[in-house]
Amino acid sequence: MTKFVQLLLQTLTLGSLYALIALGYTLVYGILRFINFAHSDVVTFGAWIAFAIAGALGWASTGSPVFAMPVVMVLAMAASAALGFTIERLAYRPLRKAPRLNVLITAIGVSLLLQNAGQLQALFGKDPVKMPRLLSEAPLFKLAGVQVPWVDVVLVVLTIALVIALQWLVFRTKLGQAMRAVSWSEQTAALMGVPVDKVVSITFMIGSALAAAGGVLYGLKYRQLNQTADALWMLLGLKAFVAAVVGGIGNVRGAVLGAVLIAFIEVFGAGYVSSKMPDLFVFGVLIVMLLFRPAGLLGTPTVEKV
Amino acid sequence: MSARATPGVAGAALRSLYPIVIGFTLAYLMQTVVAVSIDDYYSKVLIDIGIAIVLGVSLGIVNGYAGQFSLGHAGFMAIGGYTAAAIVYYGSIKLFGTKAIYGGSLGPGELLLCAGCVAGGALAAVAGWLVGQPSLRLRGDYLAIVTLGFGEIIRVLIKQTDDVVLSEKKVAAASWWSLMDNLGGGFGFIGGPRYIDAKNPFWVWLFVVVVCLVAYRLKYSNRGRQLLAVRENEIAAEAMGIKTTKAKVSAFMTSAFFAGIGGGLYAHELGNSMRPADLGFQKSIDIVIIVVLGGMGSISGAVIAAIAVTLLPELFRSFAEYRMIAYALALIIVMLLRPQGLLGLQELWEVEWRAVGRSIVTAPARLVRWVVTAPTRARAALKAAADRRQEDRS
Repeated sequence: MTKFVQLLLQTLTLGSLYALIALGYTLVYGILRFINFAHSDVVTFGAWIAFAIAGALGWASTGSPVFAMPVVMVLAMAASAALGFTIERLAYRPLRKAPRLNVLITAIGVSLLLQNAGQLQALFGKDPVKMPRLLSEAPLFKLAGVQVPWVDVVLVVLTIALVIALQWLVFRTKLGQAMRAVSWSEQTAALMGVPVDKVVSITFMIGSALAAAGGVLYGLKYRQLNQTADALWMLLGLKAFVAAVVGGIGNVRGAVLGAVLIAFIEVFGAGYVSSKMPDLFVFGVLIVMLLFRPAGLLGTPTVEKV
Repeated sequence: MSARATPGVAGAALRSLYPIVIGFTLAYLMQTVVAVSIDDYYSKVLIDIGIAIVLGVSLGIVNGYAGQFSLGHAGFMAIGGYTAAAIVYYGSIKLFGTKAIYGGSLGPGELLLCAGCVAGGALAAVAGWLVGQPSLRLRGDYLAIVTLGFGEIIRVLIKQTDDVVLSEKKVAAASWWSLMDNLGGGFGFIGGPRYIDAKNPFWVWLFVVVVCLVAYRLKYSNRGRQLLAVRENEIAAEAMGIKTTKAKVSAFMTSAFFAGIGGGLYAHELGNSMRPADLGFQKSIDIVIIVVLGGMGSISGAVIAAIAVTLLPELFRSFAEYRMIAYALALIIVMLLRPQGLLGLQELWEVEWRAVGRSIVTAPARLVRWVVTAPTRARAALKAAADRRQEDRS
């Protein structure tokens, strides 16, 4: 029972992380129909910039104030949003009309650039660092013999809040309406007076901010920040992407559902089946999904038109 | 088609023979003339270039011709490399009773290497078929992600294997099946005979010629043109009666086959380690860079890019640190300015050099004109923006 609760808790936290990252993939895909390969590097950037900000504000050692975590989080999200805006403006916008393959290669180029520039001594360096402990160490409460730490609760609650906010933004505001219009048809939206470029920019900024939130929370939960080109970051992004595909890429609710599902498979697969290769289960799910329901759980199958 | 397209049997046999003759001649010359007369260091760099050519040209088949994007080339390389290494190492002990190099030039040991490479390629092709099944039915960028995941899975699987069995007696007693789990894990496949070194580049150059010829003939064949049609417009290609999925899967398998061979060669070169850590995403990206820079669909372009990408870090040692940043920037800039890659679909001898020369000669003049007119254009853009704002307000 204890083990079950423990795994369930892990599923929730990991699922929240995946959800935050998957939302970025799904938002960009929904609007531009392309996979933003550099998204996982924005997550990495978010985590590292949070580390840098915490250091600059003098919270790297223990004894940080209560408001430390929200401040670092907001600043990191803002910095990542700026990064996302820059990437879109400089690398993706000139290729808006280009074939998909070119956009994809550019995205890989951007991803490589972020990974390797981050390793420079002037930026983040090559050594892994320990994320400062911005949240209380003491467990918040006990559930069926399992201690639930602060960070887990913050992670889950914050993710739920952000997802609800995003839902509200997409379905209840003028901006969300514009986003959905661009997603439906860029040309028609432009004819109706929707400022397409601006909407795309804002979408990238939202996606990047969510990615940064994911990155910061990842850092707070697991503490260890590997160098920016580490395969671990890529795997994190990859699994979030799988979550987005499984849920139905381009679908906000689907991304969350897919994230929880992927986390469930990974955690319970490792817990009860085989602890050696949880990644195998995840990619197995991706392949099965692509074979039998390529549009994902909540996505509507589309027919590509000429 | 004219009558020339249906030659007699003798003509066809001759025509299919001459590539083999060329391949053997070139590889033989490389072995007996070039490798002996130059320094070992340069010879090793040449071998690295050769392996890079095999990998680059093979990726060009799926990436350039078919327009599909694979990010798992290192995964296929790993499959081919480990298969070849296992066949050569364990096979050499089982057949010849020794794990040292056995037989001279074209001796039984080297033939085993050749067989190992081909077997590795075949296994990689099977893996390519498996991976291609779900993803090639879907939109192109899924393939990129699935192959990326596939490469990582292969790496994780190989990491889980046990150490290489070093004792010759134990290997001789064990069955092939039980040895499949002894691939060296995270330490890599060590201890095997290294048939390829500075003085023995024969097999590398043989396979370089084979892959280039296969790619060249494919490009101008019916199947190659089908692939180009798929790349240009999948729906139109399908309307023309091309079985797009079948075409894509076969291109993918061909590419994986030669990637496997490249991996086999890589595994047997002296000084290379067949470690899972060396065959990750980064390796795949290195190969992608060769294809994209050289021109997507150009064999000679891939060859030139393979040479450049291998030589640059050797020439500038200090370049190594900024290597990946430079490559990343090169990728982005090439995509922005010349989306088809430097040579595009053309081969070196198909390029209209006169036009290229003219554009190079006139480049300074155009740059000056661009700079001179820049303020005018900026003013026009600002005015247009202001007008638009005015309109919005009214």
